[in-house]
Amino acid sequence: MAQVTLRKVVKYYDEVEAVSAIDLDIADKEFVVLVGPSGCGKSTTLRMIAGLEEITGGEIAVDGEVVNDVPPKDRDMAMVFQNYALYPHMTVYQNMSFGLRLKKYPKAEIDKRVQEAARILDIKELLDRKPRQLSGGQRQRVAMGRAIVRNPKVFLFDEPLSNLDAKLRVQMRTEIKRVHQKVRTTTVYVTHDQVEAMTLADRVVVMNRGRIEQIGAPNFLYHSPATRFVAGFIGSPAMNFIPCRLEQAGEGLNVRLSDTIAFAVPTERVQRYRPYIGKELTFGIRPEHLTEAKTNGSKNYATFDAAIEVVEPMGMETMVFFTIDRTEVCGRVDPNAGARVNATMMIAASLDNMHLIDNSSGRVL
Amino acid sequence: MTAANVAIDHGAPTRPRYGSMSRDRRWALRWSYFFLVLFAIFFLMPPIYMLITSLKTSAEISAATNPWWVFNPTLSNYVELLTSNQYLLFFRNSAMVSIFVVTITMMISIPAAFALARMKFWGSATLATGVFLTYLIPDTLLFIPLFKMFAVFDEWTGIQLLNKWYVLLIVYPTLTVPFCTWIMIGYFASIPKELDEAALMDGANYRQILFRVFIPVALPGIIAATIFAFTVSWAQFLYPLALTTSQDQLVLPVGIITSLIKGDVFNWGQIMTGALLGAAPPLIIYAFLMDYYIAGLTAGATKG
Repeated sequence: MAQVTLRKVVKYYDEVEAVSAIDLDIADKEFVVLVGPSGCGKSTTLRMIAGLEEITGGEIAVDGEVVNDVPPKDRDMAMVFQNYALYPHMTVYQNMSFGLRLKKYPKAEIDKRVQEAARILDIKELLDRKPRQLSGGQRQRVAMGRAIVRNPKVFLFDEPLSNLDAKLRVQMRTEIKRVHQKVRTTTVYVTHDQVEAMTLADRVVVMNRGRIEQIGAPNFLYHSPATRFVAGFIGSPAMNFIPCRLEQAGEGLNVRLSDTIAFAVPTERVQRYRPYIGKELTFGIRPEHLTEAKTNGSKNYATFDAAIEVVEPMGMETMVFFTIDRTEVCGRVDPNAGARVNATMMIAASLDNMHLIDNSSGRVL
Repeated sequence: MTAANVAIDHGAPTRPRYGSMSRDRRWALRWSYFFLVLFAIFFLMPPIYMLITSLKTSAEISAATNPWWVFNPTLSNYVELLTSNQYLLFFRNSAMVSIFVVTITMMISIPAAFALARMKFWGSATLATGVFLTYLIPDTLLFIPLFKMFAVFDEWTGIQLLNKWYVLLIVYPTLTVPFCTWIMIGYFASIPKELDEAALMDGANYRQILFRVFIPVALPGIIAATIFAFTVSWAQFLYPLALTTSQDQLVLPVGIITSLIKGDVFNWGQIMTGALLGAAPPLIIYAFLMDYYIAGLTAGATKG
């Protein structure tokens, strides 16, 4: 039951600016994921919310109350760490109940909460074990259990799945989502993995170099990135970026990618793009919007011939790589479309899903 | 080049030029055992000699027989020492001093190490180095100034500390606290920072983090430090020799020397027995806590 508000929050480490004036409103019960490359300030932001890191400037408020100078123990937040940070000398039960015991809860209440959390996380039979007797996934569950039993205002997760192997990571991701649906606590989650961010978040906060690039629902970020950084960071395989320029073509506009390839800009975008004629621009399009040519639902699609250089079959789809004017481009075609190396293939670009990026500002137009 | 190769081939005809791992390992083991046995003999010789001598009568010790053999074994030295109130008093003084010193040391070192390792405050790094530098000053340099200080303290306040066994409780920690603090800083630093942060988030204050998380987790390091403090105070010789003189205030090492050597008469049998018995407590403690001691001293090399 808590809203968290960040107002112009700044963090300096000596002379280095780690976080520069970020604003963020986290609603009650919301699951917010901070995502970005390492060193983007996401962990620092989380640790400032937790109170583990002092705030250089700005303010952080929980339910409207500024907590800048409130020590972590009085913020009523629970945190799950990347390396779990379980107390090695305590059993799982003692680990989970430690916070409650410090607060002198009655024994019966503690037991009730621990049992309930153990039930939610399916770790009832592990309660008497020590952390070193647990596998990575089990430790992660215990770390979450330790957070759940406290019934805190806010859950903080600092890259909790980074230490797990790929399969377990996917499993625990679902688990975290399920737990959040059950306990419905305001959650701030830090990760560098955009897939985790997309799958878990109500809203994703994309950070880069200490700044927030964009905030939005996962699908919104995916389809309407605000900057080149977001466009490139969200989505895997990443969006293709091809240098281009705009040309007048009668009433409309053409976006020219190479001497031979130029697409007509969809009419509803012509007005928006017109001021950028002659500027340095980048054409952005996701691999799934470069498919084998067929009537593919979208009325605005343009076809061109591509000389396929690499074919990567993935099972449910096949990745093809080709070059447009010295830029490598990835397309995503049907496995039965007959993509072959060194063959020419007719590729269709869905222009409703294209993006045009202003190189000077890095913003998506 | 060729000449060198030929020379090597002749020098080691039975060994291939690139020995297998197991062969290298075997050789390494042989050499380490050779040196281990050598060192074991070297270091065990004196205690064995002490044991042999302690089982002899004075007459046999001074007789020109094989010193490595007991012809008429006797326990009279042991009986005499263990029934003499004086020896037991030395023993009691030593035990009191050591136990108190260990307690005092731990009460200072653990919080000090915790503060220096974890609470990054202004000058904490310099202070940590300073602690270690203190340890580098030898006691041979300090015992005369210390003696003078206690004498002056007596003149000013009328509180007599010299020639009292408890003066050692003030002096020994100057040896034990720096070293114990230093090894525990190292040990505490090897505990992942997330562990105290987790405790902090769980609502613990610094005192609770120290007592409920740090001390239990760092127990091997603390035990290693405890053993060290005990050994140092048990075996310390120079300070008690300089600062205590009355028979009833003496600790074991000094007591044995002053009471069993009369002028130029050495009561070898009892000296050996006394020293042997005096060496027993640290030996017993080591035997029980050896694993902890090694774990503690090597911690920090790899993540503990």
